[in-house]
Amino acid sequence: MKLTGAEIILECLLREGVEVMYGYPGGAILPTYDAMTKYPQIRHVLVRHEQGAAHMADGYARATGKVGVAIATSGPGATNLVTGIATAMMDSSPIVCITGQVPTAAIGTDAFQETDVTGVTLPVTKHNYLVYDVEDLAYTIREAFHIARTGRPGPVLIDIPKDVQNAVTEFVYPEEEPVLPGYRPPQEATEEQVRAALELIERAERPVILAGHGVIMSGASREVLEYAEKTQTPIALTLLGKGGVPETHPLSLGMMGMHGTGHANLAIQHADLLLAFGMRFDDRVTGNLKTYAPHAKKIHIDIDPSEIHKNVRADVPIVGDLRAVLRQLNPHVKPQEHREWWAQIRDWMEDADERDIVHWDAGERLFAAHVIRDMWQATGGNAVIVTDVGQHQMWEAQYYPHERPHTLITSGGLGTMGFGLPAAIGASMGLKSSNVWAIVGDGGFQMTMTELGTAAQERVPVKICIINNGYLGMVRQWQEFFYEERYNATPMHNPDFVKLADAYGIPARRVTRRQDVIPTIEWAAGIDDGPVLIDFVVEKHDIVYPMVPAGADLHNMIRRPIEGK
Amino acid sequence: MQTKQTLVALVENKPGVLNRVASLFRRRNFNIDSLTVGRTESPERSRMTIVVDAGADQVAKHLYKLVNVIQVENVSTVPNVSRDLALIKVHVDADTRGQVIQLCDIFRAHIVDTSSRAMIVEVTGDEEKINSMVEMLRPLGILEMVRTGVVAMARGDDVLAPSDYEARRPASNGHRASVL
Repeated sequence: MKLTGAEIILECLLREGVEVMYGYPGGAILPTYDAMTKYPQIRHVLVRHEQGAAHMADGYARATGKVGVAIATSGPGATNLVTGIATAMMDSSPIVCITGQVPTAAIGTDAFQETDVTGVTLPVTKHNYLVYDVEDLAYTIREAFHIARTGRPGPVLIDIPKDVQNAVTEFVYPEEEPVLPGYRPPQEATEEQVRAALELIERAERPVILAGHGVIMSGASREVLEYAEKTQTPIALTLLGKGGVPETHPLSLGMMGMHGTGHANLAIQHADLLLAFGMRFDDRVTGNLKTYAPHAKKIHIDIDPSEIHKNVRADVPIVGDLRAVLRQLNPHVKPQEHREWWAQIRDWMEDADERDIVHWDAGERLFAAHVIRDMWQATGGNAVIVTDVGQHQMWEAQYYPHERPHTLITSGGLGTMGFGLPAAIGASMGLKSSNVWAIVGDGGFQMTMTELGTAAQERVPVKICIINNGYLGMVRQWQEFFYEERYNATPMHNPDFVKLADAYGIPARRVTRRQDVIPTIEWAAGIDDGPVLIDFVVEKHDIVYPMVPAGADLHNMIRRPIEGK
Repeated sequence: MQTKQTLVALVENKPGVLNRVASLFRRRNFNIDSLTVGRTESPERSRMTIVVDAGADQVAKHLYKLVNVIQVENVSTVPNVSRDLALIKVHVDADTRGQVIQLCDIFRAHIVDTSSRAMIVEVTGDEEKINSMVEMLRPLGILEMVRTGVVAMARGDDVLAPSDYEARRPASNGHRASVL
């Protein structure tokens, strides 16, 4: 079958199971856009800015576990993708980006809309390609999807010059799995490693599991729970680990780290054994490395060898797929109880509970924490939540317990403001669900709110909840704590978000009182034929507690004062 | 002083691979003492010799994350042969020409070019040998010098080679010479 390069691209996408791609046309990618008319099986979603396309592909990938696809033209189209690609890279999200490039003969001449896109994206992709020959195209696309989804997943970019899209060749799809000489994702632990881990486990009196994104990526929820229940080991979660194990489980301590629960952080600091399951000891999780978990031995299981010993020295490093490794380990683990350890942890939990704003009577005030807790209640804890970045993101992490994997989608590593709305659109489309809620701040929302147009045009039934405090709240919080309340460049003059939504034909309401929160959420939940927006106008000067200042010791948290004491 | 370690990396002979490796070193803040690239016994592969000041393990692990890197070995941990080559243009006159010839004899170096006021000396050996030759020539006046950087290979009959991957790969597209 003779096909053009453009047709080969779409044939290959079909064979990879791609059902939707997010993109924006332009000169260098036009042959592929023209070929799309022959492939109606693949839905193309026209975004309003290419950054949105990359985030939508990312949201789609995180919600479904499948590879998300974004497509853009050369030059500015491609460079607009970069923030989204870097976001996917930091959070190990499998996406494939296809970019048009100027014709091969023009490469290197500063041609119109020419950018060295493989050069620009080199440090923020797992791998990338510039395809010079249409003969290489099918194999390259096959390889790109393979690399994106296997091992530690990540973004892969394929840059395809216009003449390669136009060139005609015999299409032969490489059916067999690509063989890459230098690419061997590791799988299992050695017997020696299992034995060494068991030795530490048997001696431990104060163990803590650190459950990260890897629990979700490797599908190891059941294995982690099995281990934890057998050994009565408390589980602290990273932000991206939320949903990996049910957070309402009695062994769960909630989130760890900078805005983690007091009891999770104290447990880590007092632990004599840390079991790091698919996490990478990010600085937001450890605080000061010199004083981090000083009494603890560390068992570190991760699929990426370069994460081992990177930030924290592991006593037993195991490189492998978490689920496979736990399946090796679990049968040999002996039951444990750790009663004294749990008594201590329960003391810390009581103190945290007493300080918790969730028990406060807010009076006339509307606190973001209350909005999110009510949302949890009104959605039965079953929604898929996509957040933006900032205070609302941390409140979500604290007040919306997740029970299942892939139900919290958030930009953890890169902390990309503007991620929320487009990622939620991708997640909602991927899941074909109207139970996807974007919780966004007023700052981050305005970075990508152009995608309201996409949501309206495609009738994506996504629920948009703006936690609106009229500030870049997290920055304002740092200014309050560390810059003597000089609130420079953080107050925001916002548009009327309800009117804005109205301009797009999107139903919207504003909430300013606690008693209206649940009814309004229920109203929004009933709309399933398109997007809906709620503007929650919350306390301006609220703070995310607890907080471990950047670089401080993990146990030195700023705690919420107990009101009236 | 930290001990230098020598890594040998077999990489796919494809465009942009050197760029990927160099970019990795810069973004991970790895300090590289020297890096050389060259052809190997197979047209499909190139070979890099990388001398690092410290942290060879972490460098090796990150190299492995690059899809085009096939195999990495720390040859400092095994008996090895390592060689550097230098071309040194040294000032000579009637009095010193004899000295240079004598030094070349001692260091088993070659004079590869000579003119009335300068000679080019070619010397091969491990780094220390070349360093000492340079020190001996310096008083005479070194006009210009270039060194290739170290290349290295483990001794014995073990070879640094990947599996038979070439056999399983589709026919290579040799239309475009590699631009390392």
